[in-house]
Order: sequence, then C-alpha cells, then structure tokens
Amino acid sequence: MSTVPLAHFLYFALALFSIGLFGVLARKNAISVLLGVEMMLNAVNINYLAFAKYWNWNSLTGPVFVIFIIAVGAAEVAVALAIVISVYRQFKSANVDEVHALKG
Amino acid sequence: MIQYSWLIPALPALAFVLIALLTKRSKGLSASISIGVMAVCLALSVCLFLHLLALDPAGRVFAMNWTWLSVPPWQANMGVLIDPLSVNMLLVVTLVSLLVQVYSLGYLQDDERLSTYYSYLSLFTASMLLLVVSTNFLQIFVGWELVGVSSYLLVGFWYFKPEAAEAAKKAFVVNRIGDVGFLMGVAAIGMTFNNFDFTQVEALVTQGVAHGTYTSGFVSILALLLFCGAVGKSAQFPLHVWLPDAMEGPTPVSALIHAATMVAAGVYMVARTFPLFSADLHAMTVVAYVGGFTALFAASIALTQDDIKRILAYSTLSQLGYMMLALGAGGYTAGMFHLTTHACFKALLFLGAGSVIHAVHSNDIWKMGALMKPMRVTGVTFLIAALAISGVPPLAGFWSKDEIFAAVRDSSVPGHQWLLAAAVFTAFLTAFYMFRLFFVVFLGEARSPQAAHESPKVMTVPLLILAVLSISAGWLNWPGWDAFSRFVYEGPAPHPESFDGVLALFSSLVALAGLTLSGLFYYWKVFSAQKAADRFHPLYLLLKNKYYVDEFYGWLVRKFTWGLASLFDWLDRQVIDGGLVDGLGRLTQDLGGLLRFTQTGSVQNYALVILAAVAVIYLCVSF
Repeated sequence: MSTVPLAHFLYFALALFSIGLFGVLARKNAISVLLGVEMMLNAVNINYLAFAKYWNWNSLTGPVFVIFIIAVGAAEVAVALAIVISVYRQFKSANVDEVHALKG
Repeated sequence: MIQYSWLIPALPALAFVLIALLTKRSKGLSASISIGVMAVCLALSVCLFLHLLALDPAGRVFAMNWTWLSVPPWQANMGVLIDPLSVNMLLVVTLVSLLVQVYSLGYLQDDERLSTYYSYLSLFTASMLLLVVSTNFLQIFVGWELVGVSSYLLVGFWYFKPEAAEAAKKAFVVNRIGDVGFLMGVAAIGMTFNNFDFTQVEALVTQGVAHGTYTSGFVSILALLLFCGAVGKSAQFPLHVWLPDAMEGPTPVSALIHAATMVAAGVYMVARTFPLFSADLHAMTVVAYVGGFTALFAASIALTQDDIKRILAYSTLSQLGYMMLALGAGGYTAGMFHLTTHACFKALLFLGAGSVIHAVHSNDIWKMGALMKPMRVTGVTFLIAALAISGVPPLAGFWSKDEIFAAVRDSSVPGHQWLLAAAVFTAFLTAFYMFRLFFVVFLGEARSPQAAHESPKVMTVPLLILAVLSISAGWLNWPGWDAFSRFVYEGPAPHPESFDGVLALFSSLVALAGLTLSGLFYYWKVFSAQKAADRFHPLYLLLKNKYYVDEFYGWLVRKFTWGLASLFDWLDRQVIDGGLVDGLGRLTQDLGGLLRFTQTGSVQNYALVILAAVAVIYLCVSF
C-alpha cells in the first residue's frame, strides 16, 4: 500500500493557508475575510494531524488540539458573524474597506 | 528658696494655659488668675532677692539644669540660673508686669476679649522670665522667640485694625531678621565649644583667648552675631523700625514691651554674655557706636512727632541706645542700672499716656492740652517720669544716665569723646522733647473736644507706685553706697563707674537747658515752633519723616523682591512651564502625530502588518 508522504500534506496545508491568508488580506467582503480565516485554521489542523500521523501516532496532543481549534473556531465564527451583522447595520455595508472609523 | 525659683517662669505659663483652655468665659476669673500669679511671682522674686542679699557676694550664683535633649556631644538643657543679674531682671519684669496687668483692668475693662488679653500677657511675661533665668544659649533662644510670638499676638491684639495687624507683622518680621544673626551665633558657639552653657562657654572663651586657642577676632564675630539678635529685639538702628509701630497695640502692652518684657531682652542678653563682648575691643566698639548712634538718631526723630505714644517710642529707642552705649563702653553695671531705672519711668510714661488716651480718646498731642487740672494724678506722675527720663536730679534717670556718661568718658573705645558728646547732646534733646510733650499735653489751653476726667483708681495706683520708684530707684547707687553696682557686679567688671560731681553738674545743666528751651517754645511761647520748623524746613521734614528709613526699606524690599520675583516669574513661565511642562506635552503630541499615520483604521492593513512582522521574526530567528 502506497502511502501519501508527509510532504504532500504539508504542501496542501501551505496552499490552503496561503489561499486563506490571501482571502483575509485582499477580499473586500467581510464574509469572505471570515472564510479566509476559517481556511487558515483548517490548514493548521491538517498540519497537526499530519505530524501526529507521521511522527508519533500514540500521542493525542495533535488531535486534541484540532478538536479545540474546531470548537474555538465555531465560537469565533459565531461572534464574528454577529459583528459582521452589526457592522452592516451600522454602515449599511459589509465591505471592510469602508469600515475605517478608527482611522487615526 | 532657690529650688523653687523654677516656679517664676512656670506659673505664668500655667496661667496662660489655664486661661486659654478653661476660664476664657469669665473675664473676672481670667484677670484674677493672671494678676494673682504675677503677684506670687513678684513675691518669689523679692524672696529670692532677699535670699541672695543675705549670702556672701561670692556665692550668689546658683544654676539648676534639667536635660531637655541630649545629642552627643551637645546637650540642650532647660534650667534656672539665679544670680544677681537675673534676680534684678526678675524683679523688674515681675513688678512692671504686675502693675501693667492691674492697670489693664481699668484700661481694657470694656474689651470683650479681656480673657484672651490676659492669657497673652501671661504668656508674654512667662517667655520673658524664661529668657531671664536661662542657663544656656538654647534656652535663651527659646524664650527669645516666645517673647517675639507673644509680642506679635499683643501688638496685633486689635487685629481688626489694619494698622495693628501690619504693625504686628512688621515687629515679627524685623525681629526675625535680627534673630537670624542670633541663631547663627548660637550655632557657631555650639560648633566651636560643643557647649551651650553660659558659664562654661564664658570660661572657655576667657581661657581660649588667654591661651591663644581662639583669636579675639573670632570671639568678636561670635559676639557680633549674638548682637544682631539684640539689635533686632532691643530695636537698635538699623532694625529699630518695628518699635514705633508696635504702639498700635493696647497702651499697657506698649508699657510692657518698652519697659520690661521685650526690648530689655536684647540689653539683658548682651549683659548676660558680656565676657564674649569684652574679650575684644572691636565687638565693644560696634556695640557702643550702634548704641550711641541709635540714642542720638531716635532722640532727634522724637522732636517732631505728634503722636504721644510715638514720641515715647522714640524716647525708648534712644534710651535703649544709651544702655547699649554703656555696655559697649564697658559700663556693665551702668547699662543694667539704666535698664532698671528706665523700666520704672518708661512704664510710668506709657501708663500715663494710656491714662491720657483713655480720657481724650486720641493719640495726637495737639488734640490734648491743659489736662493737668482734670487729671491731677496722671499729670503729676507724668511730670515725675518726664523729669526722671530727662535726667534732672535727684530722680532716677539722673543717676543712671550719669553713670553711663562716666562709663563712656573712661571707656577705651576709640573715639569715645565723640560718643560722650553724642550722649550728652541726646540728653539735651531728651529733656527738650519730653517737656515739649508735657507742656503741650498737660499745660497750655484745652484743645480736647470733650471734658477729660481722671482715670479710675485701678489705673492711678500703679502710676503712683511707679512714680515713687521713678524718684527713688536711682538712689540705689547713691555715691559712696553704690548698692546696685555692688549687687549686680559679678565676675570681672571692666569698669567701676564712679560718680563724678563735675560731670553730674554738667549733665543736669544740660537737662535743665533742654527743659527751659522747651518751655520757651511751648509754654511761654517766646519762640515759635512753627517759625523754627519753617526756618529749617528740610531738616524738619527729614525728622518728621523719621529720616525716611521706612521708605528706604520699603524701596529696598520692593526693588529686591520685585527683582527676585521677576527672575522667578521668568524661570517659572519660560523654563518650568514653557520648557518642561509644555515641552513634554508638545513632544508627546508630535510623536503621536507621527504614529497616527500607522493607524489607518483598515483591519486588513493591520493584518498585513502582523504578517510582515511574523515574517521578519521568522527571518530573524532562522538566520
């Protein structure tokens, strides 16, 4: 049985992280930014699991972290969506470029 | 007997506390406590005096000390020093205080703050008595400052009068100027001798000068620093300006200040520390010249003043000048003798003036006149005091003044013949202005709008007692008997004053000449004072305005204060406010202005910065 080598997981995670980062930095829509954040989180999850699998499958540290990240990510999305909604109500827009009331 | 002597300063202090804390409500009770305590003090002083008299002259010095603070190598004591000098002062202070307190009952009977007044009087006397019985320089300084504080309270007793408040402030501030010198002197003595005790320091000085450990110049610097305090307290030129203004207080207080409890302190201190002064002729010369100059200077001002108390105030200055002159000339007993006789007649003059003011409700001598008829007791006692201060034989002032002349004549101070001339001329002026005052106030035509009446007995009895003393106090030094000199004399007296018939005759002629000239001007009106004033108008103005010393000080203080103030104003505005406070503010603002460019408000920019930062950190860590 041919196994997928560790490097492939890492390349995949890197690609996912970079796409997420691009979404966070470059997209205008707040929802898209949130999607980017989620993608970055999941890229990290893949790394955790890949290292757990290839280095020490007996240790549960990596998978437990992944569970935590998923939980925290869910909570974060709940808060973030609530913020996006109230930002929309305030500015009549969900475009992050137009929300710069804290400009110094 | 001696072991109870500490009660003399302690009792009035206790009376002060009692009146201030407990009996303030009852005017009668407060006054009786104060007067009763003073009577006990006088009785104790008389007992002490009799006790000392019974002893052998060599063994008349007693000192008791209690440790107050001990900071090795220094030890600060509170103690009681009983010797002929201090007993003499105790008698003067308690007697004058008692009479003044009795007199105040009549003078201030309607004042609603009578209790406060008596508590202050008790404090005043207690401080002076503490000063008199001091055994050391620290204790005398404590008494000295307490005298200053209580005189401040009493001069400003009618604090709601702006002049009284000003005068109290002036007295306090001017005295502090002299006290700086005094304090430096005390500190220097402490540093040099590691000791504050009068007797020990004096012994150390005498030995040190004899063995050459200390140069006499050094000792004279110590003495002159102490003398600064005496110049302030005894109102010698150039710190004399507070005394004439201090008459804004109630008149009995003026009597107390001028006769016993305040200005005498400076003279007493110089007498107490006399060995320091007599160690070097330079110190003595300064003392003699300051005294002689003050005597002449103040007497000339008194010629032109119109306020009865002001004339008396300048006469006090002049007489204090005599005392300092006597001490400086080496006439230790002459100075103390004049202090004693002066206390009698000056208290009498002030209390008499108080009686007059009480009757006519004015201080201006030109609003009085012909008061002899309605106020016989006051008039006659005032005449006695005026004769005494003018030096007419055989009253008290004649004897003491004559000893001063003798002391100055035989003095080794350079230029003493000039001092003698100044002193004799001052005697002439004294007779002139005292009788100008007497003739204008008590004789001539009546100028007072209301009918004057004699003061109550409580005021006239002290006058009578003082009048008897003003006549007889001088006889203590009757030529050949010299009871006072033999009593107060202690240790090496540099000058045994002797009565001199020629000098006495001359000085009494001078006094009579002044008296007669004054009569020609103001009683018989042979000469017109107005014409004389017009003839010598610039001189008259100069005297009338007290040589412009107050104005000069005002100008000096203003210039100095304004200069200093504008320097500090510039420092505060430009350096402190402009440089430090505003500068810090501006720095923060400018830095903030720079940093605000980083705050775009766009979340994505921040995220980019975070990314860049992570990248930089990664690069840093990996290479």
